[in-house]
Formats: sequence, structure tokens, C-alpha cells
Amino acid sequence: MTKKTLKLLGLLLVVAMLAAACSSSSDDTTTTAAGESQETTTTVAGESQETTTTVAGESQETTTTVAPSGETEVEVFSWWTGGGEAAGLDAMIEVFGEMYPGITFINSAVAGGAGTNARAVLASRLQANDPPDSWQGHAGQELIGTYVAADQIEPLNFLYDEQGWLDVMPETLIPLISKDGNIYSVPVNIHRSNVIWANPTVLSDAGITMPTSLDEFFTAMDTLKTNGMEAPLAMGEQWTTMHLFETIMLASMGPDAWEGLWDGSVAWDSPEVTKGLEDFAKVLTYTNSDAAALSWQDAGQLVLDGSSAFNIMGDWQEGFFRELGKTPQTDYVWAAVPGTDGNFQFLSDSFVLAKDAPHRDGAIAWLTTAGSLQGQDAFNPVKGSIPARSDADRSLYGEYLLSAMDDWASNRVVGSLTHGVVANDSWKSEIDTAIGLFLIDGDVAGFQGALAQAAADNG
Amino acid sequence: MTTAHIETEVPAAPQEPQRKRFQMEHWWGVLWVLPSLLAVMVFVYGFIFWTARVSVSAWKGLNPDYTYVGAQNYINLASDRRFHIDITNTIIFTVVFVLGCLLIGLGLALLLDKGIRMEGFYRSLFLFPMAISFIVTGVVWRWLMNPAQGDRLSGLNLLFHTLHLDFLVNRWYATPTWGIAAVAIAAVWQMSGYTMALYLAGLRAVPETLREAARVDGASEFQIYRKVIMPLLWPVTLSAVIILGHSSLKVFDLIIAMVGKQVALDVPSIYMWTTTFDGFFFGRGAAIGMVLLISVAVLVIPYLWYSLRQEAKG
Repeated sequence: MTKKTLKLLGLLLVVAMLAAACSSSSDDTTTTAAGESQETTTTVAGESQETTTTVAGESQETTTTVAPSGETEVEVFSWWTGGGEAAGLDAMIEVFGEMYPGITFINSAVAGGAGTNARAVLASRLQANDPPDSWQGHAGQELIGTYVAADQIEPLNFLYDEQGWLDVMPETLIPLISKDGNIYSVPVNIHRSNVIWANPTVLSDAGITMPTSLDEFFTAMDTLKTNGMEAPLAMGEQWTTMHLFETIMLASMGPDAWEGLWDGSVAWDSPEVTKGLEDFAKVLTYTNSDAAALSWQDAGQLVLDGSSAFNIMGDWQEGFFRELGKTPQTDYVWAAVPGTDGNFQFLSDSFVLAKDAPHRDGAIAWLTTAGSLQGQDAFNPVKGSIPARSDADRSLYGEYLLSAMDDWASNRVVGSLTHGVVANDSWKSEIDTAIGLFLIDGDVAGFQGALAQAAADNG
Repeated sequence: MTTAHIETEVPAAPQEPQRKRFQMEHWWGVLWVLPSLLAVMVFVYGFIFWTARVSVSAWKGLNPDYTYVGAQNYINLASDRRFHIDITNTIIFTVVFVLGCLLIGLGLALLLDKGIRMEGFYRSLFLFPMAISFIVTGVVWRWLMNPAQGDRLSGLNLLFHTLHLDFLVNRWYATPTWGIAAVAIAAVWQMSGYTMALYLAGLRAVPETLREAARVDGASEFQIYRKVIMPLLWPVTLSAVIILGHSSLKVFDLIIAMVGKQVALDVPSIYMWTTTFDGFFFGRGAAIGMVLLISVAVLVIPYLWYSLRQEAKG
């Protein structure tokens, strides 16, 4: 008797497991269904605090009442999980809650690897046709060359027209986030990549003023080396080398040629590229020997400590300095990377609208918040960046950010390579490999050949 | 294995009903393993075939593209300078890691086998590193092996400097070409305790009578180890080489945690990850995956074949 029941139980179990193993698609629907029902239950719990007797019946009621007014939720995917980034996102979510109280915000942030882990997760979700409603991406080719090319995001011109964003976003920015006249993302912030950070005490002790051209930069670093400084320029792990590369190439070639590299009008095997690479190779001779072991924060720390005089890093470095309680002008000074004055090499975090988004109206609501003055002024002071909009409330921002805002309004805007503006992901990863190989062998001709090959294969 | 045993026993059982019961049991068994069998078929072998298919396709970018390009991805890898560095690094890593673990593991096992006091304590002590994940090991050793020179010395370099052993101060994983060996040292620290446990089990299995017989024959202690015990430990060594070797071919987390993604310390698994998920070169990534699979198979399959034959003999 008992044995029989056991066998029957076993059979049932096997059948259940078979069903689970065979249909992975049904598995998917179960999990999403579970997630959604969870959401509804939480909203119900919040709304009906006085009567907690018949939850099932009321949940049906709430669903029907909420449905006509549009979406009940929106899933937004990002890699903002810590520090000022997560705090900024939370501030913006709060604004979203005020603007759209009926929509539940589902924060699907994935931690780790400066976004590389998140992007691997995103890639697999997109391939499984399970896109989040909206996701974070660096404005520019990182979005256009990858997601637009794969037909996975929708143009947002209608939203720009509706919200009048074309009047408040810089003209030079729009072409960099567009393809064939279609605008594909809503930038929430702007960072500058071509910034040089310096230790004012070290500079004045050596009688150096902030260099404004590459030649002055080399002379200054020669002086520091003669004075016994091992590495006047602090650098970190491999991606910060690519960051250095993009700013030195801009300094050496100028903005027209830099942009020409990415639209194909300047050849990668041209003499001006050779000159740029030679300048880059020379800059590398002033860097620290343990660069590969340091993060960008560590490299910034070397400048604060006075072990190095300079560091070239995006303006998130300022956020790090402030976090350490350092004061601008006394503990650190900044300028555009020597030779790039008047140019603003930018990168921008932006959000997109998924094609066939499960909650399209919710996603549009989120994007409206992300592009709004209120949303951007909530996010940026916390994250330590400037808003993409030009009508921000200046009283909210510190000294550095105000200087960046002025430059953003007046400078020529060019794109960053390391942070996804000018090249698509495939191209960028091949350039990364070329830089890694160059760090090993220091062969300029081989480096240029590899870069030209990367452009031919991916440009 | 069990089914084979049952089948060999079947002719010996003359009664018909019993035979029938065996068959019933047999089918129950099959039914019970069926789900995991199916899962393995789909999620292991199915995906191996799918990866093999992708590796001969032109797939680049987010959307699948199964255009057949033959062995092109493999040919490109053969002339890919980064992949050459990967191979060199893997060879250096594997040699340092496997030899290091075997020598230290064997050494520790021989010492422990001498019947020291508090053997259990030492055994746990040496095994503990294995309880830590490679990520933690990587983060710790990243600090210990900090390659900074001059007045920013830290970690082991600072220790050497303080002990006036300045000739030992070196650039660790920032050393050109041989940097990967420093990473292997961290891996040796983690896995030599495990190798010790394997050897200790092997040593305990050597019957005391053999040692005594050798002593009676006038063999010195050294000769006993060389001529009697070491040959008996050969299967243990082989198992250790397989286990350590295949994990060193697949090493990923330790390197990422210790030195991040940099071409100088790249290995195939990291190249596979970055090229697939950062660069969306799915075809190339799949080809690297297949090369990895084949290299592990070359190591493991002869071993499996050998041990299955040994079991069949036994």
C-alpha cells in the first residue's frame, strides 16, 4: 500500500520535472506571471490598509481600476547600483513617483564590472525576446551601432517634439544620438572625459603652471622627472589607458580629424594618426609602472598624495575627490587636457525605449521624467555630473560642475571613444585589444596597422 | 555500472517472476534518471552542438546570423596575436600551477604522514585556502603582490624590503611575459592543500606491510619512498594532474579578480567573455569556446578511458 503510494508520488514527480525541463518557454511565463502578481499584491496592500479580509477579490478590483489610466508598472534596467550613481537614480525615481503615482517602478539594476555584467545580462534578455521596458546605455554608437542595428529600440522624435527637448538640449548633441534623422535616446547627464587633474602644491613647488599644449605638457613632465618624480602622470588599468588615448589623440589631431576617424573621412593609416600615436606613446613614458594594478580612483589618489602631478580622467574623478573631503583649488586643480582647450569630449548616460516594450506607456512616462528639468536636477547634483539640458538650476551645482556647464554651453562638443559615443561596441573592443597589445610591445607601426584593420572590419 | 552488474546477474537467476521484477526495477531506475538525463542532453550536449554551429557562423552583433563561414573563425584565431598571448599565458599558468601544487602538496602530505602531533589541525590549516573562492584569493593577492616600486612599495615587496631582502623585490604580475606566473602562485596557494589531501589519502592506502617488507630487504627510508611509495602514488598524481590541469585551462575568476581585463594577462576564457559580450563577436567567442572544450577533452577523455578500463579490469 505505502509502497504503491510512494511509486505513484514518484511518477508524479517525474512527470512534473519532465514538464519543467521540456518547456523552457512555459518556465519563462511562470516567472513573469509570478513577478507581476507580486507587484499587484504589494500595490493592493498599500492601497487597502483598513480592509485586509478578502485580498483576492480586491486585487481584481484594483487591476481593473488602474488599467484604464495606462500602465501599472515599468521595468528599467541599469548598472547604477552603488555610490552616487544609485543615489542619483533613487532621486530620479522619487521624481518619477511624484509625476506618475499610479506606475510602479521596477528597478532591474545589475551590479558589477562598470556595466559589463549588466550588458551581458541585457544581451541575453534581448536575445530571448524578453526586453526590459527601458534600459541605460551610453549615448552614441554604443546604442546606435548595437541596439538600433539590431532593431531593438524605437525612435523618440515624437517625445522630443512633444516635450520641446530640441530647444533645451545642445544642438551638437542631437546628431550624436541620432541615425537617419531619428533620435534614439534620452540623455540624463553629461560627463566630460578630456579633463586633466593636478596637484597644485606639486605644480607650484616645481614652478610649473598648468600646461595648455602637448609640448608644454611634455616640458612640464620632463621638469618633474628631473626633480626626481618617478611618474608625473598617474594612470590606472587598461580601460583608463584607452581613456588617455582618446584625449591625447584629440589633442594631437584636433576635433575635425578626431571626428573624421569615426565617419571615415580620415584614414587610420594617415600620417596625422601616426603623429597622434607617437604622442600617445611618448605620454605613456611618463606613467607609473604599476598602472595595471590600479583603479582610476587609485590613480587619482596618487595625484592627491603628490606621488604624481597629473591624472587624465573623466570628471567623475571630481566626485571621488569630493567624497574624500578634498577642496577644489587647494587640494586639486583641473583644466582641459593640454591641447584640447575649447573642446568638450563628452559622454552621456541615456535611456531608450525598447521595441515591443511590455509596458510601453510606462516606459514613455519614465523617459519623460528622465528628460525633464525636475528629473535631471534631482539626478545630476547627486551623481556628480551636469544635466544634458541647458536650463538647469545653477544653484544646485558645485564649482567644478558650474565650470563644466559653461564649457558645455560654449565649447565644441566631440564624442568619447572609451565611453561609447563614437564607435560601436565591436569596434571599441578591437581597439581595446590593439591598445593592450601596444602596452606589451610598444610597436607604433603595428598598433596603427591593428587600428586600421579594426576600422576596416567594424567602421 | 549498476545496470551492467544487474544484467550479468540476470542469467544466474532462473525463476521467471524474479527476472520480470528486475526489469521493472530497471525501468523505474531509467524513469528516475530520465529528467536529469534529458536536462543534460539539452543543456550540455545540445549547447555544445549549438556552440559548434555558432563557431562556424559569421555571427557578429546582437542578432543571430548563422551564415556558414567554414573554419574562418578558427583560421582568424590562429593568426590572432591576442590569442597567441592567451595560449602562452595558459601554458605558463598551467605548468607553474600544476607543478607547484604537486610538489607542495606532496611535500606537505609526506610531512603529515610522518605522524606529527596535531595532524588534524595542520590538515585543516592547509586545506582552508580551498574553502575560499578564487575571487577572494584574487583580491587578497592583488594587494600582496602590488607591483609598485620606489617609495610606494607595499605588500610582499614591502615585507622583503623591511627584511633587507631587496633582491626579492619584483614587479610580480606586472612583469612582462612572466606576469601570469605570479597569478599562478596565488592559485598554488589555494589548491596545494587540496593536492595534499589527495596525496595523504594515497599514502594512507599504502599498506604498512609493504614498507616493512622493504625495510626487511634493507631499503633506506629514501629508497622506500622512491621505489615503493611513489609508484603506488602514481594514480593519485594522475588524478591530481587531471583535476588541476583542467581547472587551470578554464581559469577565469582568479585572473579577473586579481588583475582585471588586460591583454598582457589574458587567457582564452577571458578573451571569449570580452569578445562575446563586450564586442558581440559571437562567432569568434564560440570558436574560442570550442578550442577550450577540445583542449580540456584532450586532457580528460584519455583519463576517463584509462580509469574506466581499470575499473572494468578490477
